[in-house]
Amino acid sequence: MIDPIAVFILLLGAATPILFAALGELVTERAGVLNLGVEGMMIGGALAGFAAAHATGSPALGFAAAAIAGVVLSMIFAALTQFLLSNQVATGLALTLFGLGLTAMFGKPYEGVKAPTMMAGPLGLNPMIWLGLLMVPAVWWGLNRSRPGLILRAVGENHDAAHALGYPVRAVRIAAIAFGGAMAGMGGAYISIATVLQWTEGMTAGAGWIALAIVVFAQWNPWGVLAGAWLFGGVTVLQLRLQAAGVAVPVQLLTMAPYLATIIVLVLISARQKYGRSGGGSAPGSLGKPFHALR
Amino acid sequence: MFRLEPRASAPLAWQLATPVLAVLATMITGGILFAALGFDPVASIRTIFWDPLFGPAASYSRPQLLVKAGPLILIASGLALGFRAGIWNIGAEGQYIIGAICGAAVALAAYPTEAFWIFPAMILAGALGGCAWGMIPAMLRNWFGASEILVSLMLVYVAQKVAAWMAFGPMKNPEGFNFPGSRNLQQYPAASNPEIIANTGLHWGVIAAGIALVVTWFVMSRHVLGFHIRTAGAAPRAARFAGVRPQRLVALCLGVSGALAGVAGLFEVAGPAGQITESFGSGYGFTAIIVAFLGRLHPLGILFAGLLMALTYIGGELAQMMLQLPAATVQVFQGMLLFFLLGFDILTRYRIRRRA
Amino acid sequence: MTDVFRAESLGKTYPGVRANEDVSFSVAPGEIHALLGENGAGKSTLVKMIYGLVKPDDGHMTLMGSVHAPADPRAARAAGVAMVFQHFSLFDALTVAENIALGMENPPKSRELSQRIAELSQSYGLPLNPARRVASLSAGERQRVEILRCLLQSPRLLIMDEPTSVLTPQEAEILFATLRQLAAGGTAILYISHKLDEIRSHCDRATILRHGRVVNTVDPRAHTARELAAMMVGAEMRVIDRSGRKPGAEVLRVAGLATASDGMALKDVALTLRAGEILGIGGVAGNGQEELLSALSGEIATRPGTITLDGVDLSRTPPEARRKAGLLAAPEDRLGHAAVPEFSLAENTLLTAGSRQGLIRGGLIDHSAAQAFAQAVIAAFDVRTPGPQTAAGALSGGNLQKFVIGREVLGKPRVLVVNQPTWGVDAGAAAQVRQALLDLAAKGAGIIVISQDLDELLELSDRFCALNDGRLSAPRPTEGLSIDEIGLMLGGAHGMEVAHVPA
Repeated sequence: MIDPIAVFILLLGAATPILFAALGELVTERAGVLNLGVEGMMIGGALAGFAAAHATGSPALGFAAAAIAGVVLSMIFAALTQFLLSNQVATGLALTLFGLGLTAMFGKPYEGVKAPTMMAGPLGLNPMIWLGLLMVPAVWWGLNRSRPGLILRAVGENHDAAHALGYPVRAVRIAAIAFGGAMAGMGGAYISIATVLQWTEGMTAGAGWIALAIVVFAQWNPWGVLAGAWLFGGVTVLQLRLQAAGVAVPVQLLTMAPYLATIIVLVLISARQKYGRSGGGSAPGSLGKPFHALR
Repeated sequence: MFRLEPRASAPLAWQLATPVLAVLATMITGGILFAALGFDPVASIRTIFWDPLFGPAASYSRPQLLVKAGPLILIASGLALGFRAGIWNIGAEGQYIIGAICGAAVALAAYPTEAFWIFPAMILAGALGGCAWGMIPAMLRNWFGASEILVSLMLVYVAQKVAAWMAFGPMKNPEGFNFPGSRNLQQYPAASNPEIIANTGLHWGVIAAGIALVVTWFVMSRHVLGFHIRTAGAAPRAARFAGVRPQRLVALCLGVSGALAGVAGLFEVAGPAGQITESFGSGYGFTAIIVAFLGRLHPLGILFAGLLMALTYIGGELAQMMLQLPAATVQVFQGMLLFFLLGFDILTRYRIRRRA
Repeated sequence: MTDVFRAESLGKTYPGVRANEDVSFSVAPGEIHALLGENGAGKSTLVKMIYGLVKPDDGHMTLMGSVHAPADPRAARAAGVAMVFQHFSLFDALTVAENIALGMENPPKSRELSQRIAELSQSYGLPLNPARRVASLSAGERQRVEILRCLLQSPRLLIMDEPTSVLTPQEAEILFATLRQLAAGGTAILYISHKLDEIRSHCDRATILRHGRVVNTVDPRAHTARELAAMMVGAEMRVIDRSGRKPGAEVLRVAGLATASDGMALKDVALTLRAGEILGIGGVAGNGQEELLSALSGEIATRPGTITLDGVDLSRTPPEARRKAGLLAAPEDRLGHAAVPEFSLAENTLLTAGSRQGLIRGGLIDHSAAQAFAQAVIAAFDVRTPGPQTAAGALSGGNLQKFVIGREVLGKPRVLVVNQPTWGVDAGAAAQVRQALLDLAAKGAGIIVISQDLDELLELSDRFCALNDGRLSAPRPTEGLSIDEIGLMLGGAHGMEVAHVPA
């Protein structure tokens, strides 16, 4: 018999990295920027966070370092897409490849080293799980009830109109990209500091891409991101439980589950949007389009 | 301050110059990086970019150039078709793995029969496998509107798991002392893809890459299909007006690029790699994306870009051996190169003027 | 009384273009002041300077007696300038209240704002629900949002950029009543347009721009439309030759044409077209014009039996085969639909002339034939360009339009469908395009002209019908049709009658 509360706690832990990264990407996309470099920023955060936590013995400082690393990486993307007007898809991809390479290069000394222990928080959940859960209403409120959030949505919806009204499109977008970077960095660090407890090359294993899919699944709504992250966490935990229970299915096939689940969820939500009654098109109007103020 | 002024069309001179500038900038930044890490920057750059071709051990490393460039060019020439049309297949790595598995499956099923048809059948199976793997995102996009970027990428991870499963399960070598991994096809003449001319690195995959370049060049420049692909990428509504069916184009581009990636995987498993292992996917599918961009999505450009990328692979290994540079140097270089290329690209699309 | 706004010798240069040169004029309180000029005369550069989007190179401006040099639109708004844009100013996914809040510097709390929106819309007779999403509003209602956004700022100077281009004549009347009411309260209004009639009937003064310079400032009521046009264009308009046409046999029949709801759905559209005839289709933008062209060109497939050319059912036929059969089309959007901006003119011929001119045979492209055909279009239609290798995006709007129309006309169509053939085109090119259409009809082709320019439709077409909410009205002979009747055919005031305006 499986204890449902224990499973739920495991699920919360498995969902947290994705929750952070997807909330960050959601804000970036609501500002009209598609950053496919989430995976690269996550792995950067995973290494920087692990290294800082190891050096200082403080997981909290580790997460702070991870956020900074995420921001630094995201600023490469911001410089290329916002100032040099490069293609966002290609640049995001480059960021992922670069992040994976850079961490493989600098991560060697940390292989086989153990992470310092996370402090426990209320109800036996660590503070990062709580922070992730708190970020959901915070991001929702910020986007839908605050003035900066309104401006951010306006910039993402129609950058020409926002520019005509005098809003600084580029500055808003750079801020949103930085927020996405910080969140992805912390999400990545959660994997190295709180889940796996060590550093291995390429350890994010597609979590960044899953986060991107979950933003689509969530229809750009923070509560939807929470649902998506929990769904993903559930599939991961279930898959691990089945492995532990010794089901007669090869381990390699069980570990496919999160990726297959992501595809299925993506297809279902895309189909609903395509054939749904309302049309539901809630993607930001200027998503992925470069902005260049002519004259 | 500077001001950007859009150009109506990209001047050829800048289109040719920006990849060169990007390579130079990567070398300079790379040198600075090496210096920061405590390595001699000049020696490092020379080891990576010069020694594989003209250094003391060049006779060993030179053949490797074609071995590495073959799959890169084969995959990139397919990807370029889709990228031109705004169809983003970034899961070539998965199609490469599945193509290899399907091709190897034919060989392992036929083992130890020696017959002339085995190798062609393997090529066909590799192409079909890669094509099918590429058609999954295509169909999911056409039927449901799912993003082909995310689906094709997710399928890379799935393919890696399939490869691991194969290596540990169905394809495990019965005479392999219980080590994971399939039989080595290099030791099975009917199924192997050997070096055709000794010490050149030339194998059937390289010939296939050459054919792919010529065919894609012809299609893109002379055939109406290439015109439709370019139109769809530049102005989707104009493409529909001209009679292009977007769904067909999605299926075609993902199917063809998948098939080419699958074939590349097959030639790899039957030749240089030899067997299906847990870590069969070695990143060619991702590096080919860089090759396609660096080559400006043009066949001739892809040829040079593929050779250059192959050079960095070999140079990276050499530098690892000679100077103890970290193995991941090459990956960092490739990422930087793409960054610089995307950054310099602004010169082709905009005129930069000093603000009055 | 002192002027609200004054511009003195304003000048602005863009690379290669002197957009404004020595522009001086003034707007008095309570005045509706027209800024009149052709496309490219420098009107929008001028208002962008007033609104802080662009900084002038020379000269200066004063607002309410003090220097007006806004660093950005927010500074301009703070100084009392408000602007209703022609395009690019509303956010579809946001609500009316959110859209209005974005246009204000310090918006009140959302409940208070909704209340003020309700009050203000009441007093100006512009009913609006603050909680509705802008995406669900009609063009007229969207404009109300923009106007309310401006009114909430109590502006001293209100700039209206071509506001009636999306309105029916009746809706425009309501707009002018609102503007009058505002002006009576002392607001100065700068009204930008190229529509001579509405300026003559509603504006107090008109400043006319040509090639970036002020030609004259006049009382528009004291001049005929022809005189104003002459000032605007700088020469007498070319007279259009309508002679030599007699309708022949029926060539095109459309019956029961409907499209699925992606954008504005077409509903049971029916029409017939005879050889040598020009059928004009009017309507306010967004009422199904693009969908009608796409259904006829083959971009959207429709039910069998809905489109018949010379007795052959083409409803399920793809675009290229329709062209082969003689049904040609020229869409409204030149950059990205009718032509690919990055491609050369020669390559752009391949979009539609591939099979009709033999430029593509057996799937292979004959590049030299494409080059020669592009050259032929350039020569026949006086397209000003260095040559067929020039990128389409490098041509001016008028020249590219001549190229796009010429590409189809030289294809000797049985039926040609054009949407907005002279939109954003200078007067000279517009006259050439219209003459080309008339000449084509005289040679026996059937032509459908879809346009929002009523003058153009009255000038060209033999019969007129209106597209409103995806439905096509029954055609009426153009001869003797009044603007009022046309307005009613276009859907009247789109349910705005409820908005009773106190005079």
